[in-house]
Amino acid sequence: MFQVHVRTRINGDDTEFSCEADETLLDVLRDRVGLTGAKEGCGTGDCGACSVLVDGRLVCACLMLGAEAEGCDIETVEGMATGAKLHPLQQKFLDHAALQCGVCTPGFLVAAKSLLERNDNPTEEEVRYWLAGNLCRCTGYDKIVRAVLDTAADMRKASKPKPAKAKAKKASAKRRVSA
Amino acid sequence: MNVQPDNKSMKRDFDIVGKRTARPDGIDKVTGRARFGADMSMPGMLWGLVLRSPHAHAKIRRIDTSAAEKLNGVHAIVTSKDFGPCDDSLLDIRENVMAREKALYDGHAVAAVAAVSKSVARQALKLIKVDYQVLPHVTDVDEAMKPDAPVINDKLFTKGLDKTPKKPSNIAERFEFGHGDVEKGFKEADLVIERTFRTAATHQGYIEPHACVASMGADGRGEMWVCTQGHFMVRNTCAGLLGIDVSNLRVTASEIGGGFGGKTTVFIEPVALALSLKANRPVKMVMSREEVLRASGPTSSSSIDVKIGMKKDGTITAGDATLRYQGGAFPGSAVPYGAMACFAPYDLKNVRAIGWDVITNRPKQAAYRAPGAPMGAYAIESVIDELCRELKLDPLDVRLKNASTDGSKASYGPNFGVIGLKATLEAARNHPHWKAKLGKNQGRGVACGFWFNFGGETSVSLNVNVDGTVGLSVGTPDIGGSRASIGNMAAEELGIPYDKVRCIIADTASLGYNDVTDGSRVTFASGMAAIQAARDAIGKLCERAAKIWGIPADAVVWEKGHARPASPNAGKHEPLSLADIAAQAGATGGPIAGHCEINAEGAGVSFATHMVDTEVDPETGHVKILRYTVFQDAGKAVHPSYVEGQFQGGAVQGIGWALNEEYIYGKDGRLQNPGFLDYRIPVCSDLPMIDTVIIEVPNPGHPYGVRGVGETSIVPPLAAISNSVSDAAGVRMTRLPMSPPNVLKALGRI
Amino acid sequence: MVRVQVWGSLKPAIGGEDSVEVEGETINDLLKALAAAYPGMDEAVRRGVSVTVNGEMYANAVMVPVKPDDEVFILPKLVGG
Repeated sequence: MFQVHVRTRINGDDTEFSCEADETLLDVLRDRVGLTGAKEGCGTGDCGACSVLVDGRLVCACLMLGAEAEGCDIETVEGMATGAKLHPLQQKFLDHAALQCGVCTPGFLVAAKSLLERNDNPTEEEVRYWLAGNLCRCTGYDKIVRAVLDTAADMRKASKPKPAKAKAKKASAKRRVSA
Repeated sequence: MNVQPDNKSMKRDFDIVGKRTARPDGIDKVTGRARFGADMSMPGMLWGLVLRSPHAHAKIRRIDTSAAEKLNGVHAIVTSKDFGPCDDSLLDIRENVMAREKALYDGHAVAAVAAVSKSVARQALKLIKVDYQVLPHVTDVDEAMKPDAPVINDKLFTKGLDKTPKKPSNIAERFEFGHGDVEKGFKEADLVIERTFRTAATHQGYIEPHACVASMGADGRGEMWVCTQGHFMVRNTCAGLLGIDVSNLRVTASEIGGGFGGKTTVFIEPVALALSLKANRPVKMVMSREEVLRASGPTSSSSIDVKIGMKKDGTITAGDATLRYQGGAFPGSAVPYGAMACFAPYDLKNVRAIGWDVITNRPKQAAYRAPGAPMGAYAIESVIDELCRELKLDPLDVRLKNASTDGSKASYGPNFGVIGLKATLEAARNHPHWKAKLGKNQGRGVACGFWFNFGGETSVSLNVNVDGTVGLSVGTPDIGGSRASIGNMAAEELGIPYDKVRCIIADTASLGYNDVTDGSRVTFASGMAAIQAARDAIGKLCERAAKIWGIPADAVVWEKGHARPASPNAGKHEPLSLADIAAQAGATGGPIAGHCEINAEGAGVSFATHMVDTEVDPETGHVKILRYTVFQDAGKAVHPSYVEGQFQGGAVQGIGWALNEEYIYGKDGRLQNPGFLDYRIPVCSDLPMIDTVIIEVPNPGHPYGVRGVGETSIVPPLAAISNSVSDAAGVRMTRLPMSPPNVLKALGRI
Repeated sequence: MVRVQVWGSLKPAIGGEDSVEVEGETINDLLKALAAAYPGMDEAVRRGVSVTVNGEMYANAVMVPVKPDDEVFILPKLVGG
């Protein structure tokens, strides 16, 4: 079948590949570029195990063609750590035992990273709705949500070197889980 | 030498067991480096795809593969002709893996191809011509039992009856358990309630589809990479189906993305091997989600009649249940376990449970976490709940009053050993959840559940490395974090830090046989074997220390990771650490290792009580889970985070089963919802936090008191949620799932 | 002689009673004796059974010793998930 030549940037590396016109970005990442972190759980965009960031946007790689990645900036789970230093989310997932079999974990990490890049103080409800596109069958989501909220709290602390003045928090109807 | 010969449980303080240690596969799993079933490639690899029947029931008159064979890039095509004679015990699996004279369900494998790429394989499938003669089908369990139902297997005659019938039917077997006189018991009751319940088939829903890479050589030797709960089972089954020696097939278990019982058997693995043998090249096969739902092993749908009698004071005088399960197109549903487990939480004088194993034109069922038990518990716990309400009795008090306890006779026969059911009920009663206020359209439900747990054949090898670290090879794939728990136990026994022990899953060529990871057995059995292997190694380490010191071996004891003289009489010798002795291993006799090959028995049963609050929207029928608490007996929680994880995961699968998941078959017998959009498992936003209370009533049959926990947690949720919804809605729910349309129907609104 | 109890639907195989006495010193002996004496039991044993001895569950036919006053139950072969 006719192959398309594509130029992208993946986790910061300039990358070129050829793929068939009907191959998905997920197929390309896994079978051509050697990045098997993103997983195929359903192939129809319902499980989020293939979550990647494309030009900063959270996307199911199984719903995008490899050819559509021309000129795009792609981030996968493999790009989250900096060398041997884990991203805070990765460390928190381990600390909270937020994974059992771990197959959904790359998708959750990418999705959670995307959330925290937009909102550094999500409520439990906001976390749950943002992650509603990622299926997990092992954990029941409890420890995953705790890990994300805990990461957010840590990241807020780390970005505020001076102790913040105590602010009266608005009484919120949404339930919060203490970190 | 002082090694504990007694395997039985001792109460003791633990240094490492019970701590939340770091799991060895953790970094790999959060960085994407861990390799699951579909993450492996081999040089020269082909892609395999399966052609599947679009009919629920059809004779296969002819398969014409000639056009497909001519397509450039196609290297092998297999059909049932490529699977020769095999042992009787494998006949059903052989037919399920590749249809023979008939296609028995929508999605049944009919042929398979191996080609240079997925797209060539897809084209090849389109070129295979199958001549089907469509036959009448039946997919419902009660319909399949009717005398005029289409007979799926004309050689199936019901077993377990007083007289074997002369005519074939779809009823494979009748089971009966119980004791006493139920009719007499009902006469003693002040209130008798009879109800019929129905549950739909559900799927284990693991996020990772089945995947493998098989490589067979022309010499009949091969290897396989596969995500599975039992690579020894895969090896033995595939060797049996392909007619090769077991030792000629070496199987490596990849990381596994969920199993829950659905990966305790084979589907595409023998096909991949057959293709590889024919093509003489490695073949990779990965199921699509649609294939997983249509053609792997969901659990049974059921139809259950329950009759229970209760006195005004809450004593249950008799319980009688008839369970009908369909297990797909082959006999072997989990109905016997459902019938055995459903009354198990109760100490009853008069009890009977009858189970009917029925076949239908559906995929062959596979185990799903406490197979058969959730449906039975749902029915029995619902009727007990209704009796409590009618008699105005507290549901926890009634359960406590009738609870099975140490030494009581189980409904399925034997007497219980030491069990923790009452402890879970008492913990439930004392928990703040029980007293929390409920609002409008909100209700609370409780239910108990039980699972047997068992041991099984287990082999473990523990090797002491020259730097004092320890390599621990086990043969039970890690589906829940068990490597960390097993490492905890080995480190505890050896008296060395946890991070000096590395636990891996070895391949089939490197260890003795291991039964599959199931029955909640790994922490129990592989843990017990690891403890024994550690004790074996300790014996050898003490012998080496004795050699170094020139004293008799029995004058050496092992304490806190060191060999020391047993008494001052043995001489003044500084203690030798494991690392010290390991460094001198070569000089003192060679490598030091401990082994254990056992049939691990003495598994302790695990009981649980679940409590759940729900809110029902009377306009839409939507059910919201407000609060959920799990109380379960773990014996000894070796790694509390993973015990909590099992409690939460099982509860949430139960929530999905209770509220939304179901297999929907059309009139044409085809599965209508083979995808995650319409087969909807719980998502993050559906749920609250799942609270867990770990009860520890040690199991006397394990050195540390461990009980399996993985399965019991899925047994109570269906009933607890149904009781809660019935409370909230004011009407008894008798059908699962309690999806919005079903709730509205029950409310009489549609 | 050890008294072996069977589940309800196996009663017809052993003549209608819910238990029967057989000779044997291990679980294996008991199963062999049952299979030899009753064709219905032979089939059940070949298909696979689990056995409890004084409440402890054994999923494989094993050389576990049994004594005359032990409580022995034959159950369908247990499978987990």
